[in-house]
Amino acid sequence: MSDVLPPGTPAPDFTLPVTPDQKLSLQELRGHPVILAFYPADWSPVCGDQMALYNEILPEFQKFGAELIGVSVDGVWCHRAFAEARHLHFPLLSDFEPKGAVARSYGAYRSGDGISERALFVIDKDGVIAWSYLSPIAVNPGADGILDALEGLTKPEKIHG
Amino acid sequence: MANLRPPVTPEDHIQGPEDTPVTLVEYGDYECPHCGRAYSIIKRVQTHFGKSLRFVFRNFPLSELHPHAESAAETAEFAGARGKFWEMHGLLFENQERLSGDLYLKLAEQLSLPSEDLRQALEEGTYQTRVRTDFSSGVRSGVNGTPTFFINGKRHDGPFDYETLVLAIQEQIGRNGNAAVA
Repeated sequence: MSDVLPPGTPAPDFTLPVTPDQKLSLQELRGHPVILAFYPADWSPVCGDQMALYNEILPEFQKFGAELIGVSVDGVWCHRAFAEARHLHFPLLSDFEPKGAVARSYGAYRSGDGISERALFVIDKDGVIAWSYLSPIAVNPGADGILDALEGLTKPEKIHG
Repeated sequence: MANLRPPVTPEDHIQGPEDTPVTLVEYGDYECPHCGRAYSIIKRVQTHFGKSLRFVFRNFPLSELHPHAESAAETAEFAGARGKFWEMHGLLFENQERLSGDLYLKLAEQLSLPSEDLRQALEEGTYQTRVRTDFSSGVRSGVNGTPTFFINGKRHDGPFDYETLVLAIQEQIGRNGNAAVA
């Protein structure tokens, strides 16, 4: 298993295709909390569950003003078909070329398998990782950790001496 | 992570006595085929453990995937508000392949519930809040698909076939002896 970037780390910026003719940069989302969900692949039954679940939970994320982004190494056309089949209402990014580069920069790539880990990051409005979690690849992590982390963002910050 | 929040309350739909060593909670969706399969498994598990097991059902309709899941959940809650939750729960799962507004009205009549009131409740979304509350509690508890089970408040991550569930519950009974567990 990889070592995913820990809380307190500035989130590495990236620009990835979100549709066949559009790109999305992490930087564009500054000012909002961002939920970055790396997952191994479109269409595998477990992933379908995880993305479909987050799709249903979207309103709960939006209560915190958070933007949800799914990332896998699948290509844009694959993402499009997958998103249409599952009626997904959030963007899926293609970490396709160079393959897995963004997942690598977050410590969430499985080199041997050529896919990303099932890893979650909550990034605060200033672009700093507030929470990260690496799930066993076969276990859909649910959303309780994400919501706890989003809740933590709204509490006053601890003062470090 | 993945603990039941909030714990079981009297507001829940509960089968079995309060002082059982094990409480099994299911978050389910009436249109989900896996939940349909779980329905008959749970009945066997309940028969096996008898009075040692308390079973609770909470709604977790995946509406984007299952267009009838929400209305079915609201129908069960309508029946629940009139003391017939479990009867409707069973009928909905037994008919899960043909869920529709017409079917709900027929099932209500079958249970001697006022079908006109049901039609109105579905139209006005009378039980939406109740269903949403269940759903949100599932999200906070770490529900990761349907069905998701919690055994004495902890998410059960393994498969949910009869043998696995019986073993997992048996283990809890062994651990707690006859002590009641919230």
